[in-house]
Amino acid sequence: MSGRLEIWLFVFQRLSAIVLAPLVLVHLVTMIYAVQGGLSAAEILNRTQSNAIWPVLYGIFIVAVAIHGAIGLRTILREMTPLQDKGSGVIAVLFCALVLILGYRAVGAIA
Amino acid sequence: MTAAETNKTLKVDIWRGGDDGYYQSFTVPHEKSQTILDVVTYVQRKLDPTLSYRFSCRVGMCGSCAMTVNGSPRWTCRTHVDRVSGDGYIKIEPLRNFPRVKDLAVDMTVFFDKWRDANAQFVPTEPDLDGFAQVDPNSSERKEASAAIECIGCGICYAACDLVSWNPDYLGPAALNRAWTLVNDVRDADPNGHLKAVAGDAGCHACHSQQGCTSHCPKSLSPTASIAGLKRNSFVALLKGKL
Amino acid sequence: MSVIAAHRNHPTYWAFLLHRISGLALVIFLPIHLYVLSMAVGDGARLDAFLDWTQRPLVKLAEVVLVVLLALHMAGGLRLLAVEFLPWRDSQKTLAAFAGAFAVGAGILYFLNVV
Repeated sequence: MSGRLEIWLFVFQRLSAIVLAPLVLVHLVTMIYAVQGGLSAAEILNRTQSNAIWPVLYGIFIVAVAIHGAIGLRTILREMTPLQDKGSGVIAVLFCALVLILGYRAVGAIA
Repeated sequence: MTAAETNKTLKVDIWRGGDDGYYQSFTVPHEKSQTILDVVTYVQRKLDPTLSYRFSCRVGMCGSCAMTVNGSPRWTCRTHVDRVSGDGYIKIEPLRNFPRVKDLAVDMTVFFDKWRDANAQFVPTEPDLDGFAQVDPNSSERKEASAAIECIGCGICYAACDLVSWNPDYLGPAALNRAWTLVNDVRDADPNGHLKAVAGDAGCHACHSQQGCTSHCPKSLSPTASIAGLKRNSFVALLKGKL
Repeated sequence: MSVIAAHRNHPTYWAFLLHRISGLALVIFLPIHLYVLSMAVGDGARLDAFLDWTQRPLVKLAEVVLVVLLALHMAGGLRLLAVEFLPWRDSQKTLAAFAGAFAVGAGILYFLNVV
């Protein structure tokens, strides 16, 4: 059974990576643009509230990064700490939940 | 005359003992076209007959002489001293990731046990008494298998792999590489069985494509490519409900 | 003796190492980043107060580092996807080099704009 879990985790890690790649590119370009001439809350909110695409994009971003980061974290814990199946799994799930909660609060704030 | 050739002698540190041990220093004459195996042989014959090491063909065909030379796993019969030691110093140790038996000889049991655990054995179909199995050498599957088939089980990839160091259950590059050749062998009766055996949590998905194996393989094989293939095929098999 | 073990001294190992380090750094940074962004709620006055703090040179430097880490992780990840899903080629080093170059480029662009 654990064998099938590894395959699914691998698949979700790669799939979330594919979803993240264009989003990260957009994020990098947006930041480089936004940071010109200083950064202010008004400027950020102006951009994110002017078009519904921003909350949608960031919403997807949050789900993808929660999954991707959690699976990556699990791997690092298993390879570099004494934690194995249970410990690494619990921390990964907690991380995923944390990012989803904080992320949706953030998306709510800028929508 | 290169800088190396001007060294008339070599300073050689060799591991003595089992998992607990020490480095013993020797001074060995530096000859032209000398290999590391020549150095080890000189030490055992002329300086310390109690030194234990393995070799067989001494011409780069059998893989028995694999050891760690100045930090990298290599075939010692095919490693020229001048290539690895510009300053006249050589450190020779047994292969990394294997339990040490004595001096430079390691216990290869786990390596071959993992070969078995990876189900990396041919599964025959019913014999067809009418003729030979037809295998098209130009088919994509045969090309994949042929690219990986020349492995002689020398253990260098296993010694070079960090995942083997970090995950004691990891099946390792050689076993997974062999499993890939069988998955691509059209004569094999159970390709899904091979995939099932390598898709566990110590299987192909543990590989991060660091390519320690590929960069050290003396036969220029690429276990990383084979493992990538296993990742792809095991996913497809899972989707089809074959696992 | 060199800093990196002899058997690890090749480009695809460094690529792996940077990918892992950048991933770990991003995973630590992310919850903090999201918490800060949620301060934009309402009229964003709390966020503005925080953004003033980010004007400090050391913070800007840290931001440049983060941008490089993000670009590095993405480029390295794309390289891995190519290794695993596209037909095999032996010139993985070239891909790794491109990934590195992209990351540095992104960092430079960000630096030029944030300063």
